[in-house]
Amino acid sequence: MTVATDDLEILLERASAGVAFDGLHVAETDGEYTLETPVNEWTGLNETDLRQALESADEYVTNWRYWQEEIGSEGTARRAFLRWCERAPVTDAEPDEATTGPWSDGDGDADADGDALPVHERYDALRDGINREWGQLSITARFVDIDDPDGERVYDLWHVDDAGTDLGDLEVYDDPRDARDLATYDEDGRYRPLKTAPTLPGGWTFTGLSGDELVETVEFFYPATVANWHRELRGNLDVDHWLETAERQTGIYDVIDELPREAVEWMVEACCVDSQCLRRREWQYEEGDDLDVDGGDGPFPCREPCSLVIAAARKWAILESESERTYELELTTSELNQLEELIDAVAEGHTDEIREADVNDGANRYRARYLRAKRFDDEGDLEATQVDE
Amino acid sequence: MQALVIAAHGSHLNPDASDPTYAHADTIRETGAFDEVREAFWKEEPHFREVIRTLESDEVFVVPLFISEGYFTEQIIPRELRLDDWDPDQWESDGTSASQATLEAEDVGKTIHYCGPVGTHDAMTDVIIQRAETATEDPNVGDGFGLTVVGHGTDRNENSAKAIEYHSDRIAERDRFDEVTALFMDEEPEVDDVTDYFESDDIVVVPLFIADGYHTQEDIPEDMGLTEDYRLGWDVPSEVDGHQIWYTGAVGTEDLLADVLLERAADAGADIGDAREAVQKLAASVAETGADSGPEPNAGAGAGD
Repeated sequence: MTVATDDLEILLERASAGVAFDGLHVAETDGEYTLETPVNEWTGLNETDLRQALESADEYVTNWRYWQEEIGSEGTARRAFLRWCERAPVTDAEPDEATTGPWSDGDGDADADGDALPVHERYDALRDGINREWGQLSITARFVDIDDPDGERVYDLWHVDDAGTDLGDLEVYDDPRDARDLATYDEDGRYRPLKTAPTLPGGWTFTGLSGDELVETVEFFYPATVANWHRELRGNLDVDHWLETAERQTGIYDVIDELPREAVEWMVEACCVDSQCLRRREWQYEEGDDLDVDGGDGPFPCREPCSLVIAAARKWAILESESERTYELELTTSELNQLEELIDAVAEGHTDEIREADVNDGANRYRARYLRAKRFDDEGDLEATQVDE
Repeated sequence: MQALVIAAHGSHLNPDASDPTYAHADTIRETGAFDEVREAFWKEEPHFREVIRTLESDEVFVVPLFISEGYFTEQIIPRELRLDDWDPDQWESDGTSASQATLEAEDVGKTIHYCGPVGTHDAMTDVIIQRAETATEDPNVGDGFGLTVVGHGTDRNENSAKAIEYHSDRIAERDRFDEVTALFMDEEPEVDDVTDYFESDDIVVVPLFIADGYHTQEDIPEDMGLTEDYRLGWDVPSEVDGHQIWYTGAVGTEDLLADVLLERAADAGADIGDAREAVQKLAASVAETGADSGPEPNAGAGAGD
């Protein structure tokens, strides 16, 4: 490994003001230099000695150059995210202030600094590539030049399910904007209005992205997740609870604050669980009044009800304003059970998986068509009689 | 650093609704006029609510990709962006003259220049005319032609019609087309009777809508009698009651619209260098080659959710 002459010159320029970064310390007093790394310490160096000493601390120098001179942007979510990608300490974070959630529980892959690596270990790992998961995205940070790394990193990105797939079998992209199209439809070609739905299709890869391009690509797949992750990390994630958000609505959504508390529970059970969304619901009914349904283990904090939930809530607010009636209808016990199976299959999105000839499954298409033929009248309605009036 | 946010409606049901937003954002990205360009939506992500925090710039220019001043531009967008000190009076607008207001987004402490919608900007008049040129593949279209600007129209918001009438008046003043009129879907005069309002044999119909969807690709073509069933498509031009109807589809998909977005931001103080010239050149070259002329039938179910 070599340190570029330019890197040394810039470092020497900075030395008079003092350099302290990722274990590298350089200071100058009256033309005399001190250099310190976690493994060595040199004092009383003149400029020639310093240059020589820096050559032997090349990893620290190129690491310093990449982060401080190339990436820069201290305090930004972008920088913190890129640091997280290679398991560098996310130094801008204040771990003590972190809120609850997987990012701050002190262990696990998702923790910000708990599994941070020192420079020399990171340099070893960056030769092979350091892998991280961000929702359904798998991100690899690696050196551009693996044999003679100069500190320059690039990033690769693909679907977690494609981790074992040969690169040749994947569609290769290098423009972050292509992520918008890839995120638009699910595997069955259906539109994905919720970007954090766990339905991102695979079969593609982005290779050799710069740090900025990586963040841009990730933001097209999962908008605003980096910013909110960073806020959560710093303990300043702002959460808008259900009532607050509902009361803010106007126009056709004005009605949603009338949704009964009980129905809000049903709503989050329907929409805001791990099987439906990769976000972890941090919002509750209102401050100090938690919903019973667990917020889930999703990697991204959800700071307020999303627009899909708001739109669905409007429908439920209108439906819940109806009063309950008692109906009488004829069903065998098996037919009643079949209704349960039908509702369950649709709710779980399993209808496509039911085999054509599996007539044991109540949600089998032929079983459903039989039930309709038997129990629906000529208008296509269930033959039921209201008996409470 | 300065950022541009294009605030659009988007859709939970129709993925095509956001296409123009992405297209114009990409055009502006390529000019390099802004350090950051971001799309934001009411129905998609990033939502208006969270978009500002994804930006590193301290100066943010927000341009609503909407046709008229009204509920979205006056209430929804400022509220969701957390522009707490916003008041529609800050635009001092008569319904078509909003320019910009400078505010702070409370959750991020950034300066937000909240601009009037693209639909009411004077430059939109040029986009409508460009649309007519693109559809007819004639840069000099006008002589012997009538032109109508078509809007949704609604009893709930008088500004909705104002934007349509504003541009049709401006086009009429230029004396380029033999006849110019404003027509609507949901109020009089109605686009259904388009041929009643023109003597010219050729009529260019430009819907002042942002995205092609339910209204521009299903309702309006069927209402005008261009086709019995939108799924069968239609010709440009199509003959209706002895007139040739040159139907252009939504004006919001015209490449020159990126220029209006830039102008809105520049009016609010953004430093855009020579980005407008670059966009105009691009739009003109596309118009010349006819790369995207003519509406595409079957553009989807519309942004009506």
